[in-house]
Amino acid sequence: MKMPKFEYASPNSVEEAVRLLAENEGSKVLSGGQSLLPILAFRLNYPSLLVDLKNVDGLSGIHIGPEDVRLGGRVRWCQIGDDKRLEAAHPLLVSVISNVAHYQIRNRGTVGGSLAHGDPAAEMPGFAVACDCTLTAVGSGGARKIAAGDFYTGALETVLEPDEIITELSIPKWPVDRRWGFQEFSQRKGDFAIAGVTVFYDHNPKGEIQDAHVGVIGAASVPMRLQEVENLLNGNRLTGELVAAAKECALRVVDPMEDSQISANYRRSLVGTLLSRVLNGTAGH
Amino acid sequence: MVMQVTFNLNGKQVSASVEPRLTLGDCIRHTFAQTGTHIGCEHGVCGACTVIVDGDPVRSCLMLAVQAEGSEVTTVEGLSNDEYLTPLQQSFRTHHALQCGFCTPGFITTAHAFLTKEPDATEERVREVLSGNVCRCTGYLGIVEAVLAAQPAYRK
Repeated sequence: MKMPKFEYASPNSVEEAVRLLAENEGSKVLSGGQSLLPILAFRLNYPSLLVDLKNVDGLSGIHIGPEDVRLGGRVRWCQIGDDKRLEAAHPLLVSVISNVAHYQIRNRGTVGGSLAHGDPAAEMPGFAVACDCTLTAVGSGGARKIAAGDFYTGALETVLEPDEIITELSIPKWPVDRRWGFQEFSQRKGDFAIAGVTVFYDHNPKGEIQDAHVGVIGAASVPMRLQEVENLLNGNRLTGELVAAAKECALRVVDPMEDSQISANYRRSLVGTLLSRVLNGTAGH
Repeated sequence: MVMQVTFNLNGKQVSASVEPRLTLGDCIRHTFAQTGTHIGCEHGVCGACTVIVDGDPVRSCLMLAVQAEGSEVTTVEGLSNDEYLTPLQQSFRTHHALQCGFCTPGFITTAHAFLTKEPDATEERVREVLSGNVCRCTGYLGIVEAVLAAQPAYRK
């Protein structure tokens, strides 16, 4: 379990980091290292150079503005739990991120690192997709904004160029009386979820669900929204029949992967169960 | 490639030439001969190698030695001297919170940093935090009791 050889640099600016990435084929960004370093320990990747962002200023802030909540790419999980402003500004973010990994890992793992790594069962990518977030990536060609829904192309695969760094995640602002819930299931506390479900919606003046968002992690090669389930919820009141119909619909539309420990059928069933639990929970949230 | 790294290890400035791929845990043990930090799984699952970096408990197998440049690193050796046990260590002894002892330095460093920040944590929170460390001997009950019993020593 010793890592392969690589070079190391810790530049002081995003521009310098991008230059190093562009000039060195096979280089990788090192943010918190809580996914990258295990990959190297297993020798699943042989980077030529690690470009550590630890000395780059301006990437570790949490900004709560009138239109959005912005997380710098190097914001650590522990910062999200410690920032009391977020409990009102974005309670779903706090709830989702409280499920990420373990105490020690939460002290180093970062928002940008998790987004770029793109594990299909990870909380941050799933949150970004479910909440219509926008990523900012900076590379040799300058800065660009990417919708989270367009960011993931496969398991651990994204549209990010090799010389691009995620500098910020913009999360649309959160209305005070929005209904929401998140649940995931894992075999041990802190493990990757087998599956997880996010739901949030608002009410129209008639008291019906509007703008429903249903996000799922662990059920496909990328985090996704279940648009059929959202369409089914919109314009209706939350009743037992609606929850049952939503569950039926989710079981029909998810197409989970199978691995050596978890069958596709189990994952599908878990998505249905979590969805009905979360939906029932939103009644009182 | 070999790089110079300098950091504070248990109150002393230390410096060495290391390969970038050397983990902080291996650097502490092999380069600086502080063998209190135990290396278990080497991929961030077991928590045995936990050390405290700038106040935060972290897995020293998931941090490169070169990343510790300029940091303050505390291992289990840095928590007491040979004369006495800290209240937390004494509590582990009193509550039979260890058997073989391999995982113990990781539990002690984690619990020390945690209790320093959150001396009034509930049992539920203690269990949540300790879930990042694996112990195959005790069944954890003694460890949870030991950490809860050590809380008064961390209250100001």
